[in-house]
Amino acid sequence: MSELKTLETELMTAIESASDEAALEAVRLSAMGKKGAVSELLKSLGAMTPDERKEKGVAINALRDAVTGALATRKQALKLATINARLAAETLDVTLPVRPAPAERGRIHPIAQVIDEITAIFADMGFAIAEGPDIETDHYNFTALNFPAGHPAREMHDTFFLPPDANGERKVLRTHTSPVQVRTMETQKPPIRIVIPGKTYRQDSDATHSPMFHQVEGLVIDRTANVANMRWILEEFCKAFFEVSHVNMRFRPSYFPFTEPSIEVDIQCDRSRPGEIRMGEGKDWLEILGCGMVHPNVLRAGGLDPDEYQGFAWGMGIDRIAMLKYGMPDLRPFFEADVRWIEHYGFRPLDLPTLFGGLST
Amino acid sequence: MKFTLAWLKDHLETDATATEIAERLTAIGLEVESLDDKAALKPFVIARVVTAEKHPNADKLRVLMVDIGKGDPVQVVCGAPNARAGLVGAFAAPGAYVPGIDTTLAVGSIRGVESRGMMCSERELQMSDEHNGIIDLPGDAPVGTSFAAYAGLDDPVFEVKLTPNQPDRTGVSGIARDLAAAGLGTLKTPVVAPVNGDGACPVSVTIEDADLCPGFALRLVRGVKNGPSPQWMQQRLIAIGLRPINALVDITNYITFDRGRPLHVFDAAKVAGNLTVRRAKAGETVLALDGRTYTLAPENCVIADANGVESIAGVMGGEHSGCDDATTDVLIESALWNPLNIARTGRALGIITDARYRFERGVDPRFMVPGLDLATRMVIELCGGTPSQAIIEGYTEAPLAEIEHHAPEVNRLTGIDVPEAEQLSILARLGFEAEQRGGKTILKVPSWRTDVDWRGSPRADIVEEVMRINGMNAIAPVPLPRAAEVGGRILTPLQIRTRAARRALAVRGMLECVTYSFIPQAHAEAFGGGHAALILENPIASDMSTMRPSLLPGLIAAAGRNARRGRGDVALFEVSGTYENDTPTGQRRVAGGVRRGTAVMSGDGRDWRGNAAPVSVYDAKADALAALEAAGAPVANIQIGTDAPAWFHPGRSGTLKLGPKVLGVFGELHPLALEALDVKGPVVGFEVWLDALPDTKAKPTKAKPKLDLSAFLPVKRDFAFVVDGRTQAAQVIRAAKGADKKLVSDVSVFDVFTGGALAAEGRKSIAIEVTLQPADATLTDEQIDTASRAIIAAVEKATGGTLRA
Repeated sequence: MSELKTLETELMTAIESASDEAALEAVRLSAMGKKGAVSELLKSLGAMTPDERKEKGVAINALRDAVTGALATRKQALKLATINARLAAETLDVTLPVRPAPAERGRIHPIAQVIDEITAIFADMGFAIAEGPDIETDHYNFTALNFPAGHPAREMHDTFFLPPDANGERKVLRTHTSPVQVRTMETQKPPIRIVIPGKTYRQDSDATHSPMFHQVEGLVIDRTANVANMRWILEEFCKAFFEVSHVNMRFRPSYFPFTEPSIEVDIQCDRSRPGEIRMGEGKDWLEILGCGMVHPNVLRAGGLDPDEYQGFAWGMGIDRIAMLKYGMPDLRPFFEADVRWIEHYGFRPLDLPTLFGGLST
Repeated sequence: MKFTLAWLKDHLETDATATEIAERLTAIGLEVESLDDKAALKPFVIARVVTAEKHPNADKLRVLMVDIGKGDPVQVVCGAPNARAGLVGAFAAPGAYVPGIDTTLAVGSIRGVESRGMMCSERELQMSDEHNGIIDLPGDAPVGTSFAAYAGLDDPVFEVKLTPNQPDRTGVSGIARDLAAAGLGTLKTPVVAPVNGDGACPVSVTIEDADLCPGFALRLVRGVKNGPSPQWMQQRLIAIGLRPINALVDITNYITFDRGRPLHVFDAAKVAGNLTVRRAKAGETVLALDGRTYTLAPENCVIADANGVESIAGVMGGEHSGCDDATTDVLIESALWNPLNIARTGRALGIITDARYRFERGVDPRFMVPGLDLATRMVIELCGGTPSQAIIEGYTEAPLAEIEHHAPEVNRLTGIDVPEAEQLSILARLGFEAEQRGGKTILKVPSWRTDVDWRGSPRADIVEEVMRINGMNAIAPVPLPRAAEVGGRILTPLQIRTRAARRALAVRGMLECVTYSFIPQAHAEAFGGGHAALILENPIASDMSTMRPSLLPGLIAAAGRNARRGRGDVALFEVSGTYENDTPTGQRRVAGGVRRGTAVMSGDGRDWRGNAAPVSVYDAKADALAALEAAGAPVANIQIGTDAPAWFHPGRSGTLKLGPKVLGVFGELHPLALEALDVKGPVVGFEVWLDALPDTKAKPTKAKPKLDLSAFLPVKRDFAFVVDGRTQAAQVIRAAKGADKKLVSDVSVFDVFTGGALAAEGRKSIAIEVTLQPADATLTDEQIDTASRAIIAAVEKATGGTLRA
């Protein structure tokens, strides 16, 4: 028995000390190979008497199992060590920077984003989006909107003019998006619910005025639309757009040639924090838009009978409400294409304003 | 329009505070832009100089001991020549802000003598320009009390922004009427009693053009003594920003604001002969009261005498016949003028006056004569004299306009219920008299409401009056009915394409810009535009003169500006309009973009994994195709042409075509185009016309075609062809695809080699990988060989090239 024990001790030591898979294989062959020590012992069982076999067989088989197990364990350990050594050698500096994806770098201009926000809100209220040309006729920009020829209100618009054509007609760069009201009435029977975003132009330039800017106009025409409905629309719009649970609005009588009655709308806000405006709280009033009931002369110009149809319209500056919501201090950088400004105030391309996901993140 | 609280109270009996009045004014449509409660003058108190000694160290300074009504007298160093013992004036203590010198006082030391405050001049209090000495009040002025209150300078000043439809509210009386109508007091504007003059007016008036002057009233007052107007009048005029001149002139200014009735006074001694109201002769000049000489044209209406033009009618008087302290006989004019002509004249001459402001809005014709009488009475009261009878030329009193009242209109247009009786009460307070006639309610429009468009919108105008006086906040929001069904798509195809192209380009790492629609003429010309019909007549600046023919010049110029700021690698795009002509269809909807420097899609500049290459035509091509793909164009069917416009590099640019229709252009910019824009390259760019895309037809089902997944492995084979250097890759690809349309599922170019010996021969190698996708069974070697031979034959035939050995 002590021979077996000695053999086992020798083999176990050899297995433990095998430093790589080749050495371990040599040990395996010396024990379990054709001429291996354990194999020889197993072969010797055949020449034994049943009693001897009974006595030694158990011990030899036990030795075989122990050696086989030890070999497997050691093999696994050596394999792991090899992999670990390779992986250690493969170590990379994971702090090296990676380039941001194009979608992370691209930006949508705030005007386009805000138009999408406006679109999302008014789509929910059943409005379509209407558009019209930037170069307008005097008729659509003024006359059809109840600015009679020679009316001083025309002068207030600081209009850009194009050269007169063969008939002496001078086209203008539209001074407001309102021409699209009449263009829409001419082509579409009421009920009409449209919003009209677009570029507008006035010959005026300072910190808060740009010769090109953007307006969004709204128009509702049916047989019953009234000032109370308009108030609802505007309150709902402002709540949704500024993403606040309530707004306080103040209606003030005003004057525009194309609406009667005409109203200017102030919104209550808090401007006590520099660079930041909070809607729905505070003590300041901020003029935000002009509106009114569509003037009967405008309905007539659009081919509608003012005794049959009525409606309201409103208009506001897209750039202005963008500035109010997102805090840009000046208007002119909107059009200067300074990449630092666009990267800072622009929106990520996949930030799609929706009502179900929120207008802004 | 400015006025003071005390002035308002001449017309309105009210207990309301200035703040309450301001809030109500804004609420009824007279937007208060500012309310100056004169708090700035609170620190100034009346004080008496007890002693005035010469300053020990300065000849022109005095050391005053001043009694300020409390405590011991205060020591003040003063340099005013009129500083003397016994003088009563206005004192400001340390800590007070003195507006005229924009300084907050502190205890100071002047030439070694401590000074604890200041005795002020009128200029220091911004009362006037007077600065020859300190304010010198009567000896009985109450020491220790508010100087502003004593001097009547604590009267709050309102400034309201009038809209063009409020002609009657250009006078304090009209504002009072609105407030009274809105329940803030009782109107008490005094009625002007007619003046019965003594003898005929010796100067006659001839009106040559009745259209320009529908009425002219004139009266002579003899024997007046002109001089400064009384203090109360001066204070009110100063408070609203006017400079007192002399009593006769001040009276006209006062009535202009008090009643919205502009007047003019001539010094009768300087008027030669009679007056004629006529059109100016071309080139005629007049030296006006502002000291400037104006050259007139026949569109301008003037009042002339035998010597020539004495006044630009309704806009500004002439210097020659103006009234001064020597005036003894004065002609007072109260006239009516054509509002449009006044507006045009004022605009053409660049004159803004209080008279023009009122005449171009429309004055009350029925107040022409009372206005003359009011002025006459004030002249007699303040300057004495004897009035003549008035002469009234060209005026016939028109009957008041009448409109039928429709009470339900208020509810129809505003949604609020105002009982008819209340409506009529509001209208009556505003001066609209109601009369029952034949079962109808007829409203008589007051003569001062020259704003109302009685033909266009009488009902809406009446609704406005009722609405604003009844209160805007009475209008509660009422939801607009919502559709009963789920809302459908609201955007038009072009709007969808516009949004999709924009997002697709931003996803490619580009920054969206909004650049001006007008660009320099030279830039427009360099990009195929600059037609005369698209050049603005009145650009705001010479480099914003021309409607752009392309988005590229604006974007390239922007890239150049960014480069000069240190950002040379930029990728910019814009989705907006360009202008081919001045018609609505000439405005195109374009997506355009530029890349400069190394601003390729994967990122610009240097990087440890490899530096970005300079931008190339292929970057611009990829952008253009991405925009078209996003916009829904059938990109697989697009053919590439090499006929891009002249502002592109002729050998590195292309067009994107669908049949004969050009959907877009792309390429490296021509060096001369960049030079015209003063921008250095490399710059590549593209434009695609979103409005040129074919409309997609609505399909009866949204189901996509069935997905056919082959059970058999695809096989890939590589081929390299040596072809002529001018052969296009597209020819190779088309030929390979066409070799076996069933089997060849994909062809890609994986190498183009132009170097070595091939270059010398003017040839190049194009290597393609062809994917063969069997549908029914795994391909045999034989089938693969057959297909390969077909591909080689097809390419060789199409290109004249050979398979590379």
